[in-house]
Amino acid sequence: MELLSILFEITTGHGLAALGAGVAAIGAGIGVGLIGKAALESMARQPESSDDLRANMILAAALVEGVALFGIIICLLVVLG
Amino acid sequence: MKEKLYSSIFYTLNIRTFASFFEQIYSMITEFAKRFAITALIILGGVNFVAAQTEGHGEVDDHNHSNHDTQDTQDAGHNSLDDGEHGDFVAKDFIIPHIADANEIHFFGDHHNGFSLPLPMIFYVEGKGFDLFMSSKFHGSHGTLTATGPNTGTVYIKHPDAGITSEGGESFYDISITKSVFGMMFIMALLVIILRSMAKSYSKHPGQAPKGLTNVLEPLVLFVRDDIAVPIIGKHKAGKFLPFLLTTFFFIVASNLLGLIPFIGGFNITGTIGVTVVLAFAVFFISTVNGNRNYWGHLFWPPGVPNLVKLLVVPIEVFGMFLKPTVLMIRLTANMTAGHIIILSFVSLVFIFNQNYGEIAGFGMGVFSTLFMIFMYFLELLVAFLQAYVFTLLAAIYFADATQEAHH
Repeated sequence: MELLSILFEITTGHGLAALGAGVAAIGAGIGVGLIGKAALESMARQPESSDDLRANMILAAALVEGVALFGIIICLLVVLG
Repeated sequence: MKEKLYSSIFYTLNIRTFASFFEQIYSMITEFAKRFAITALIILGGVNFVAAQTEGHGEVDDHNHSNHDTQDTQDAGHNSLDDGEHGDFVAKDFIIPHIADANEIHFFGDHHNGFSLPLPMIFYVEGKGFDLFMSSKFHGSHGTLTATGPNTGTVYIKHPDAGITSEGGESFYDISITKSVFGMMFIMALLVIILRSMAKSYSKHPGQAPKGLTNVLEPLVLFVRDDIAVPIIGKHKAGKFLPFLLTTFFFIVASNLLGLIPFIGGFNITGTIGVTVVLAFAVFFISTVNGNRNYWGHLFWPPGVPNLVKLLVVPIEVFGMFLKPTVLMIRLTANMTAGHIIILSFVSLVFIFNQNYGEIAGFGMGVFSTLFMIFMYFLELLVAFLQAYVFTLLAAIYFADATQEAHH
C-alpha cells in the first residue's frame, strides 16, 4: 500500500515522465551506437564506399533519434498537459 | 592522335548530354513551379482547416475553474524575465510561449510591454458571421485579455494557458492568421518567387550553366531527383511524384531554416502539429490514391502467407497503413520542437543559475550556454536539412510501395 502511494505520488508529480525520457534515451543511445559501430566497420572494410555509407548512417540515425523524441514528446505532454 | 580523337568524341558527348540534361531540368522545374502554387494553396487551406477544427474546441468554458485559472495565470504573468529579482524564473513559462503558435509575432522584450507585430484575428461565429480584427485589440490587465468582435459583438477572452474562449460560451471557429500561418505564407511567397525565377532563367539561357541563386538551388533539386525520387520510385514513375516531393522538401527546409533565424519572432512552423498533420495527410492521400492492385493485394491478401497467419498479418498491415503517415508527422514535429526546446533550455539555464547561485555563476553559465548554443545551432542546421531529407525519402518510399510491380 505504501509502495502504491509512493508510485502514485511519483505519477502525479511528473517524476515518472522524466524517467520515461531517460528510458527512451537509453534505447536511442543503444540504437545510434549500433549504427555508428556498423557504419565504421563497413567503412574500414571498404573505404571507397564511405560516402554512400555515411548518408545511410545519418538516415538510420535520424530514424532512431525520432523514437527518442517520441518519448520526449510524450513526457512533455505529461508534464505540460 | 588517338587520344585527341577520344577526347573530341568525349567532348561532344559531354556537350550533348549536358544540353539534354538542362532541357530535362528546365521542364522539370517549370512543372514543379506550376504545381507548386497549387500544392501550396492546398496545404495552406488544409492547415487553416485543421487549425479551425482544433481551436474550435476553445469554446469549452470551464466555469468552475475559471477563477482558479485566473489566479494561476496572474502568477504566471509575473514570472517573466524582467522580474528576475522578485519572482522565480520558471523555465516552462519561458520556453512554451516560444515554441507554441501565437497570435502575434513577438520580437523582443516582455510579452506585455515588449515589441511585437499584431496579426489579424478571424473568427466565424455560427449564425452571426465573421469577425476580423488585429490581435493588438486584445487588452486587459494581467493574464486574461478581452476583445469585442466588431461585426458580431461577441466578447473573446484570451487566457495565456487555455487559449481563446468566448464570454457566453458561444461556439465559434478560429481561423486567424497565426504566427505559423503567417510564416507559411511568407515561405510560400518566397519559394514561388525564387523558383519561378529559377524556372525562367532556364528558359532564357538554355544550355548554359546556371548562375546566382539558381546555381545554389539546382544541386538541391537534383539531389531530390537523383538521390531520392529516381532510385526509390523508379525512373518511369518518379516524374509523377517529383513535384510533390520537391514541394515538400523545399517547404520543410525553408520553414526549418526560418525557425532558426533569431530575433524575428522564433517561427516554429514544422514544429506545429497542424502543419505536419496536413503534410502527412497529403502523403497518405497520394499513396492511397495511387495504390495499384499489387499494393492493395499485399495489404489485404498477402500472397504466400498461410491463411491463419493472414488473420494476424492483415490487421497489422492495415494498421500500419495509417501508422506510417502518423509517425512521419510526429517525427518532423518532435525533431523541430525538440531542437527549439534544447536551445531555449540553454538560455533558461543562464537565468536559473543567476537566480539560484548568484551572478558569477550566471555569468559563467552564460559563457558555457553560448558555446553550447552555437554548437546546437550548427546541429540544428544539419537537422533542418536532414529532417526534410528524411520526410521526402520516406514519402518516396511509401509512394514506391503504392506503385510496386508484381515481383514473384
